[in-house]
Amino acid sequence: MNKDLLIEIGMEEIPSRFIRDAVNLLEKKIKEWLTESRIEFSSTKIYATPRRLAVIVNDVSPKQSDLRSEVKGPSKKIAQNDQGEWSKAALGFARSQGVEPSSLFFKELNGVEYVYAVKNEIGIETKNILSEGISKIITSMVYPKNMRWGKYDLKYVRPIRWLVTLYGDQIIPMEITEVHAGRKSRGHRFLGGDVNINLPSTYISQLKAEYVYADIEERQKLIVEQIEALAQDKNWLISVKEDLLEEVLFLVEYPTVLFGSFQPEYLEIPQEVLITSMREHQRYFPVFDKNKKLLPHFVTVRNGDKKSLDVVARGNEKVLKARLADARFFYQEDQNFPIEKALAKLEKIVYHEELGTVGDKVRRIRLISDQISKYLSTDDKVNEQVTRASTICKFDLVTQMVYEFPELQGVMGEDYALKAGEDPVVSRAIFEHYQPRFSGDSSPKSMVGAIISIADKMDSIIGCFSIGIIPTGSQDPYALRRSAAGIVQIILDHDINLNLSNLFEICIEVYEENNLLKTEISDLRSKFLEFFSLRIKNVLTDMNLRYDVIDAVMETDINNIPSVIRRGKALMDFVEQSNIKLIIESFNRVNNLASKADNKIIKQEYFEEIVEIELFNMWEQMHPSLIEKLDASLEFEALEMLKQLQAPITAFFEKVMVMSENEKLRRNRLALLANISSDIIKIADFQKIVL
Amino acid sequence: MNFQNMILTLQQFWSEQNCIIVQPYDVEKGAGTLNPMTFLRSIGPEPWNVAYVEPSRRPADGRYGENPNRLYQHHQYQVIMKPSPDNIQEIYLKSLKKLGIHAEDHDIRFVEDNWEHPALGAWGLGWEVWLDGMEITQFTYFQQVGGIDMNPVAVEITYGLERLASNIQDKENVFDLEWVKGVKYGDVFLQPEYEHSKYTFEISDTKMLFTLFNMYEEEAKKSLEQNLVFPAYDYVLKCSHTFNLLDARGAISVTERTGYITRVRNLSRLCASTYLQERERLGFPLLKDEGVSSNE
Repeated sequence: MNKDLLIEIGMEEIPSRFIRDAVNLLEKKIKEWLTESRIEFSSTKIYATPRRLAVIVNDVSPKQSDLRSEVKGPSKKIAQNDQGEWSKAALGFARSQGVEPSSLFFKELNGVEYVYAVKNEIGIETKNILSEGISKIITSMVYPKNMRWGKYDLKYVRPIRWLVTLYGDQIIPMEITEVHAGRKSRGHRFLGGDVNINLPSTYISQLKAEYVYADIEERQKLIVEQIEALAQDKNWLISVKEDLLEEVLFLVEYPTVLFGSFQPEYLEIPQEVLITSMREHQRYFPVFDKNKKLLPHFVTVRNGDKKSLDVVARGNEKVLKARLADARFFYQEDQNFPIEKALAKLEKIVYHEELGTVGDKVRRIRLISDQISKYLSTDDKVNEQVTRASTICKFDLVTQMVYEFPELQGVMGEDYALKAGEDPVVSRAIFEHYQPRFSGDSSPKSMVGAIISIADKMDSIIGCFSIGIIPTGSQDPYALRRSAAGIVQIILDHDINLNLSNLFEICIEVYEENNLLKTEISDLRSKFLEFFSLRIKNVLTDMNLRYDVIDAVMETDINNIPSVIRRGKALMDFVEQSNIKLIIESFNRVNNLASKADNKIIKQEYFEEIVEIELFNMWEQMHPSLIEKLDASLEFEALEMLKQLQAPITAFFEKVMVMSENEKLRRNRLALLANISSDIIKIADFQKIVL
Repeated sequence: MNFQNMILTLQQFWSEQNCIIVQPYDVEKGAGTLNPMTFLRSIGPEPWNVAYVEPSRRPADGRYGENPNRLYQHHQYQVIMKPSPDNIQEIYLKSLKKLGIHAEDHDIRFVEDNWEHPALGAWGLGWEVWLDGMEITQFTYFQQVGGIDMNPVAVEITYGLERLASNIQDKENVFDLEWVKGVKYGDVFLQPEYEHSKYTFEISDTKMLFTLFNMYEEEAKKSLEQNLVFPAYDYVLKCSHTFNLLDARGAISVTERTGYITRVRNLSRLCASTYLQERERLGFPLLKDEGVSSNE
């Protein structure tokens, strides 16, 4: 009879951020092992709390399935002589497989006949192999961070303190780090007690009686429902960020939601500071009114029941109050500290030994920003704002608040700058120049912020590349990949008309003036372009373009990023049309021969065949409007235009012998093809398209 | 419960868990972990169970006695058990109960916190223990000390006595805590808090401190050449405290900082390996002493 299987690994509190992946891995390992072991089952379900990872497998077969397998032996030539008698080799094979020679048979494989034996393995009882299999699964679990404890050699995420392993009502015996598997599980640390699990099917209800909600979804629902009820009752908006909910979910076994308050006077501290303090440091959910105004309350989840909730709330309030008192002190102190003094302090903070102080970096950012705005011919007002904002963009790094809450860099800068009477656009740019801060974050809204953000990121990339810090594998300590991706995103979002090579030259000039260039420029340029081409490729990949379309576009000039992206989109639509094969083939024939051309000068008098003249006329007539379309960013229409060339190209190649013995004719024909080809390649390298 | 009774309760409790109770070590240090009873004794195969109060100096945290929560010097209660007992969490929770903290009336959680002390070449995994949202204890399974892998593994429990007391006595200002009836924490420590802060941030002689650092370092090296671990380690502690004073004064730039930390780390690594070597030479005496390892 099929029976359920329960495996529970009881541990000291597992880091919450590891739990979900860990229990998923446990489930995967068990399923894989059962399948490999030919043990049938119907379904699996995972359970996890801070102190346990558990999996229940339903309807596990009591016996392995039998295995019928065919084993290949020697070839027929070796196995039998002309009289059809078995050779020594064949008899030896039969013996080794434990079968009678009479049961051997032949089968063809790749045109050769071989002798085969059928082996029937009778499945053994599941319970006889569970101990070894399960204990291997448990000890081979992989966690992101492992430790040793006591005198044991096993490395594990946290010490194992109990194991429940049941097959039906039977214990699967095993021992790991002197913990003997049994049926005894543990309830809630403070509210419950030890409990003997009768059956896998009673696991959840028996634990619940000991104040443990082991079902992840059920526990989450309990938290969310309590938060919603509280919000409704108080007419609040409680902001539940998913990652914080996930963390809290794996910090408690028996969740009870409660709220606390702080003195309204602390609301004068910027909201971001209050929220960071509550969320990041205390794992509280912040509370807003219906107009999204922050209220002096917080919501937290206790690992326990409703007893003495007031004591718990008061304790939490006291901790938060101490933190907010500190924050308010920093906030007041910081405002008495002039921006110019802060800038002077930046000269004392080392950015990188070879790249100077943060003060040096800021000066480079200003020079690069000024050059970018000059290049973009922004108006005087913007130029002025760029200069000021780039000068003060890092001043908040030396404020006490940012020292205490590093994640508030930029946020505090904006707030303090506004208070100090700086232009609102300039103040905002201090915040914006860090954007996009993470993948999925938005670009700076203002052009001022966009320019400084590009300049800051370019300085990091060129500076690091110049002294040999180039990201490899998982090594990217200065987050240069994110910086480059950020630049690509900003250029696209603002449709900035700034080629990569111009950007590169601007930075190189600044670095040369400061004698900071430690690598040869040509080497730096190729590494720089390669680095950016990967980021651009990522954008194209995220657009779900075909890989051959991406390759076709990436083979062309990628200096103008918005153009690369538009061409990718256009080409994708273009190649997905029907009857595209002939067109692309005709382009490829043109491109192939065009590479043989040594000039692009066409002399009409050398045309001999009518198809030559027709192709020339068609191209000559199309060329200016093609360029017009490209200039107007209408890449798809340009491609559609090129389509018209297919018929004349095909006719051309049918009638004309390009590589004529007559040199004048040959060079003229190649020149015509070279001209057409250079128009095609402006959009993509069609050779890369898979037909 | 007043501060003094908290200490007495913990002393009694851990004594009953077969810990030897030693007295605070007489060299300035930033944390109980730096006490040789922890740093050196947790190395090697010998069982070791110890508990003590450690007044810990953090010059940079000095606030002239004006901040209700930050102190130049605070008190840690430090426990080391090697090998770590299987029920160490339960033992710890029992100690809270002795202090009058009944778990069912509070929210007690073990929140992941991995401890690392670069200058000691030491790290471990564990938690900070939260009592109603306040961190009251650092709970760490040492994995490496002085660059040496732990075998067996020692567990370290560090209670922050002031924080614990502020919850137990329900006080918002550390200086209002009751040390014993009629004597407040501030009565004993407010003046030194002010004076040490003023000295650290305004008066200390930077030039002299740099000289001292170099002298201490030399003396540590000299002692190590003679395999005299304990005297050498005392000078490492002095280096560490001198560095902390200079750092708090803002006298050490970011680049120099790494250099000083490396110097202290190299010395403490050498102390650790020399200690292990010396204990081995002595035949690891505590391995035979059933009295100390009676929890085995």
